Amino acid sequence: MSLLSVSGLGIEFGGVRAVHDVSFSADPGEIVSVIGPNGAGKTTLFNMISGVYLPGSGSITLAGEDVTGMSPHRLAERGLSRTFQNLQIFQQMTVLENVIAGHHLHERGSVFADMLHLPSSRRRSKAAEVGAMALLERLGLARAALQEAGSLSYGTLKRLEIARALALKPKVLLLDEPAAGCNAVETEEIDRLIAEVAAEGVAVLLVEHDMKLVMRISSHIVVLDHGEKIAEGDPAAVSRDPRVVEAYLGAHAKEAAHADG
Amino acid sequence: MRLSTKSATLLVLALLIVATPFFFPSAYYYRVGALVFVNGIAVTGLVILTGYAGQISLGHAGFAGIGAYASALGPTHLSLPPSLSVLLGAALSALIAFLVGRPILRLKGYYLAVATLGFGILVSMVLANESGITGGPDGVQVAELGLRDLLASLGLKLKAPVFWYAFSGVVLLVGAWLALNLYDSPTGRALRALHGSEVAAKTVGVDVPRVTLQAFVISAVYASVAGSLLALQNRFVTPDIAGYMYSIELVTMAVFGGAGSVFGAIFGAGILTLLPQALTFLAEYEQLMLGLIMVLVMIFMREGLVPSALRLIRGRGA
Amino acid sequence: MPELMQFLLSGATVGAVYALVALGFTIIYNASDIVNFAQGEFVMLGGMITVFAHMAGLPLPLAALLAIVVTAAIGVALNKLAIEPARGAPVVSLIIITIGASIFIRGAAQLVFDKQLHRFPAFSGDDPIAVLGATILPQSLWVIAGALAVFIGLWLFFTKTLTGLAVLATSNNRLAAQLVGINTSWVMTLSFALSAGIGALAGVLVTPITLTRYDVGIALALKGFAAAMLGGMGSPHGALVGGILLGLLEALTAGYISSQYKDAAAFIVILAVLFAMPQGIFGAKRTERV
Repeated sequence: MSLLSVSGLGIEFGGVRAVHDVSFSADPGEIVSVIGPNGAGKTTLFNMISGVYLPGSGSITLAGEDVTGMSPHRLAERGLSRTFQNLQIFQQMTVLENVIAGHHLHERGSVFADMLHLPSSRRRSKAAEVGAMALLERLGLARAALQEAGSLSYGTLKRLEIARALALKPKVLLLDEPAAGCNAVETEEIDRLIAEVAAEGVAVLLVEHDMKLVMRISSHIVVLDHGEKIAEGDPAAVSRDPRVVEAYLGAHAKEAAHADG
Repeated sequence: MRLSTKSATLLVLALLIVATPFFFPSAYYYRVGALVFVNGIAVTGLVILTGYAGQISLGHAGFAGIGAYASALGPTHLSLPPSLSVLLGAALSALIAFLVGRPILRLKGYYLAVATLGFGILVSMVLANESGITGGPDGVQVAELGLRDLLASLGLKLKAPVFWYAFSGVVLLVGAWLALNLYDSPTGRALRALHGSEVAAKTVGVDVPRVTLQAFVISAVYASVAGSLLALQNRFVTPDIAGYMYSIELVTMAVFGGAGSVFGAIFGAGILTLLPQALTFLAEYEQLMLGLIMVLVMIFMREGLVPSALRLIRGRGA
Repeated sequence: MPELMQFLLSGATVGAVYALVALGFTIIYNASDIVNFAQGEFVMLGGMITVFAHMAGLPLPLAALLAIVVTAAIGVALNKLAIEPARGAPVVSLIIITIGASIFIRGAAQLVFDKQLHRFPAFSGDDPIAVLGATILPQSLWVIAGALAVFIGLWLFFTKTLTGLAVLATSNNRLAAQLVGINTSWVMTLSFALSAGIGALAGVLVTPITLTRYDVGIALALKGFAAAMLGGMGSPHGALVGGILLGLLEALTAGYISSQYKDAAAFIVILAVLFAMPQGIFGAKRTERV
């Protein structure tokens, strides 16, 4: 049985089928990429898997447990973590605090201890801070630790979100366009980081537009078009699949036409 | 060495509390000072709810009313000593906040604002209408706290205004210390995280309904204690304390000084408590000014006076 | 039975006023997603300006017209001076701004006018009309007719005129509306003028019955909001139905339970609706985008 398996997942918005009957699975150490043209339903799929949207149909299983429709914080307790396509940073907090907040499940405790500044509360905070600092080092963000997150560049914030998601020590990690807006050097770093995280036994789900990156690191690719799965397989097989080629070319042709009009 | 925000805030507050009486021309100023501190206590609770967690309440005067009437009615109806009545009021406020907060906090933005407003108005309506118990719109007498007599028997004789100034000041310091502790703690980070991005807070595992409820209950206790102190030092209370205008004033104090900063919010409470006292000849303009301040601060200094000023100073320094 | 009829008639009258306030909320909410807590002040202004213009010698219809026009202008000024500069601000800030504006308007009214209760003569006299054993004031019929006329007028405006359609388009998608050439800033101006004007009209119609004073706005704003929510935020027929329902509920509470707690009815409705069916009777369900 797979670590994460999605079966027959679907959702409608105002009668429009955003995602329909999508199934796939991911195992520890695998990098599963979800690709498809704009509007194919990739982020919607992620939002359902991470509990942000309630699926209209289908089911999600995490480590053998049915987690369909479970709230995001309960999924977090079960080891599912994610980043967002449109950044969701805690803007008013420092970079370090953002990642400490990512350790929430490990540092949370009695609110009374927190208000009274009891040793137990200080110990929890300190442990989370040490962990957060280590993650910032790993992602090359240590120097910005005490800056307010809102003041950083887009590429830096992308990495900060990954650091925050890793703070949870996830079993399943959903990355929504981690390399968007990053330059070549940054993209390469993210590429290496994803491979590293997967090598540690995390199942990584990836939505990414950078096809070179996807083809290079994915163990398995799921292709969506108009909310439906049109192909699935290893990178080589998927890139040869005529339906995939058509979906992409068709979409590009349409986009070009729209851009003119 | 650099002082942490927490130590700096507590130090400055303590200095202000101790030093300002040297400049008081008359005993009346102790009363005004105590009023500033009482408002400061209620507003510190709103810092936790609004400044940290980003949830608005336009009904916290309701909890001040519960605290005030508990300290008034505990001694007469339950034969409790006033000090225990204060605690009873705080416990009652916490319980009511817990029960009301569970459903109310599922709401957001405008809906939360209106639901809390409605709650506050319901409380003041009950206080005004149930005259058999509460004394109705005319208000009710409040017993002496008794702490002053205790101090006197120990050889420390204080006049009532001086005692209330000192006592409210100490409670404010304790309240500020607790709120500052919370800021930099796991719970405080969870609250601030959900303020920054609710969906991201959920995905890092924050149980949003649970922590917002905690913030709501804590802020209700602050308001309740403030209400009790106000009733005890005035020796009299009317349902106005739970009124809509007091709720709005509290929110305005917090956002004017800076809801995200304990010092800022207390500073805001200070200014907005002192202004009407200093400008009594402008009493007719009070509502006009209050409204104008609310609008202007939200347009030009969204973070409030103190955080905006600090940003300006730091920006220059760097 | 005549007793019940009496409660229903007075409930329908008050309900029509709530419906007008709720319609005012709805117009601004649809154009901008903002809930304007100063909505009740427009009703107060409509009544107060008419009172004072009439006292200064203007004939009543002219005074009423002046009140509506001036209030509409104040609505536009509110948008230009307080709402537009804060575009993009978080909801908490917008709540504080519109509440601040309502307190400001109230404070100004207290200075410009006075703190007394006022009324002016009813449009068609004060002789009650007998209806099924109960009675209704001619002015109540004016109020109910006014609410219906405004509702029909708005319906025609939003479905039959190009300007109305532009407002609807803006409410659906601001950016798209701008792209097809709709001046969204003008749409906002229009919405505030319309909303304030309707509020003032409500004030003109109801003052002969309920009287008016500088501080009547806040209660009306809350009840109008409760009515709008009951019907479903953003839905015009929801506003109408919600207003009438709330008015009836209040009159029945006052009649059969306790007149002291009649105002509590509105808040209990708010809380019940929020918990049981947050989208109201006619409201649409919304999905948050991430």
